[in-house]
Amino acid sequence: MRVSVEEVFETVRMTLNHHFDIRTVTLGINLKDCIDRNINRFNERIQKRIIAKGIQLNKLAETTEHKYGIPITNRRISVTPVSLLLEPLPSKAETAVKIAKALDKAARNARIDFLGGFGALVQKGMTAADKNLISAIPQALSKTKRVCGFLNLASTQAGINMNAVERTGHIIKKLSAGTKDGAGCAKLTVFANVPEDNPFMAGAHHGTGEPDFSLNIGISGPGVVRSVVAQNPKCELTQLSEVIKRTVFKITRAGELIGREIAELMKVDFGIVDISLAPTTSAGDSVAEIVEAMGVTQIGRPGSTAALSMLVDAVKKGGSMASGNVGGLSGTFIPISEDAGMIRAVKAKALNIEKLEALTSVCSVGLDMFAVPGDTPAEVISAIIADELSIGVINNKTTGVRIIPVPGAKVGDIAHFGGLLGSAPVMEVPKIASPKFIARKGRIPAPLTALRN
Amino acid sequence: MSKSKKQQICIMTVTGADRVGIIARLATAMAEANINIVDVNQNIMEDFFVMTMAVDITRASIDTEKIKKRLDRIAKEMSLKITFQDENIFKAMHRV
Repeated sequence: MRVSVEEVFETVRMTLNHHFDIRTVTLGINLKDCIDRNINRFNERIQKRIIAKGIQLNKLAETTEHKYGIPITNRRISVTPVSLLLEPLPSKAETAVKIAKALDKAARNARIDFLGGFGALVQKGMTAADKNLISAIPQALSKTKRVCGFLNLASTQAGINMNAVERTGHIIKKLSAGTKDGAGCAKLTVFANVPEDNPFMAGAHHGTGEPDFSLNIGISGPGVVRSVVAQNPKCELTQLSEVIKRTVFKITRAGELIGREIAELMKVDFGIVDISLAPTTSAGDSVAEIVEAMGVTQIGRPGSTAALSMLVDAVKKGGSMASGNVGGLSGTFIPISEDAGMIRAVKAKALNIEKLEALTSVCSVGLDMFAVPGDTPAEVISAIIADELSIGVINNKTTGVRIIPVPGAKVGDIAHFGGLLGSAPVMEVPKIASPKFIARKGRIPAPLTALRN
Repeated sequence: MSKSKKQQICIMTVTGADRVGIIARLATAMAEANINIVDVNQNIMEDFFVMTMAVDITRASIDTEKIKKRLDRIAKEMSLKITFQDENIFKAMHRV
């Protein structure tokens, strides 16, 4: 049966007026077989592969964009966690920095704006290579433009590696000091329960359970959902949930169709559809504005957590009906700097760090893209990370932290991170948190997963 | 029922102020590119021209990118908004 005029125009309106797009197409690339004891040979191999595949990805994404008339906003690459690739190489920070530079150059030559995977999984302990990579992060991420880093510091199975959490506080401070407005920190996310097929930056990497190549896709941003919620200002919440489900079903189907087609053209495995709503600062493309269209006066005020939890649940229901390959993070992002509604709420003092943390307990991604004063002590950063990761560990879900200490900035100043990363008002955090708790180090044991009341 | 020849159907949508010659102009552009029109739905809503056209591009003499460029030119000249998309996107989104 041919599609009806109404159906055609619904899709066309979504594209023309509500930012309907494919938010990201990310190609995961295995680099394990490039491992070599000679750094130059290794770099040569990885660059060759990344450039060839990156060019192909861009070209085929453009062809598919033309065919379906749906913009594919970001094309990205994720690679095997670099700490694994470092194992046989000399245990020096400069080796890790050299790899970061090689990855950066490859991404630039392939016209890929961000490449993820400069990271390590250290939820239980750190190998010499992991330690080496972590020490190299400040240099590696400040001396490169396109390379993104991640660290998995905790998991429900292993607990929280507080040695690594303590260290990460200092690493983030150092990274911030080396870049303008601390923007380097926008390229580093630390996680609990990191998924190995997430297509979104900065946490994307190509996990060890993945095939040689895997094409992962992120569905349209929040603009489409915001507009349908706004078109239903008075319906009761069950009905509203249905409206959201139906819309997310449609945008997920579009994502799956386009992802499968690009994977087929590239002759690589199709991985997952990530149904996270990822905002941008373009007008209307905001998760905060969905919550506000639901009837909350401003995100951060009482009612926000309930509204957001309903939104995320409806998104998951609609998305998982549409695709059997839902994966990655599949929550909803509420970054401060990349969402105009979140920025407004911080400026209006409706949203503070404590409420933001509460919101992250019902939506996947955690404390994201928020700026704090540059003189925030490392122990406070570590304590914020420990709190957020414990939410993920206990609730068996992914949480992350992307915190940006802005050198020289005070609460209320605006920090600019450039381009897609947006800008954020500097938020208030305490000057002292839990120095003795953080200094204890060790590991917070894995939680009991029975007796869950 | 089912045709032996495989088709690749695209849907064109056109919106804008109504005026003489819109369909003629688009049909000519399609014919020039050896594209067969298989279905047309047209409506005028408050002087507003709304149309969907299903076309088969299997034997088209130019690729989708070029077709779109030509349509963009027509859209500009006639002050219309024209989209051109593979039909499968609508089927995927609107059929369970």
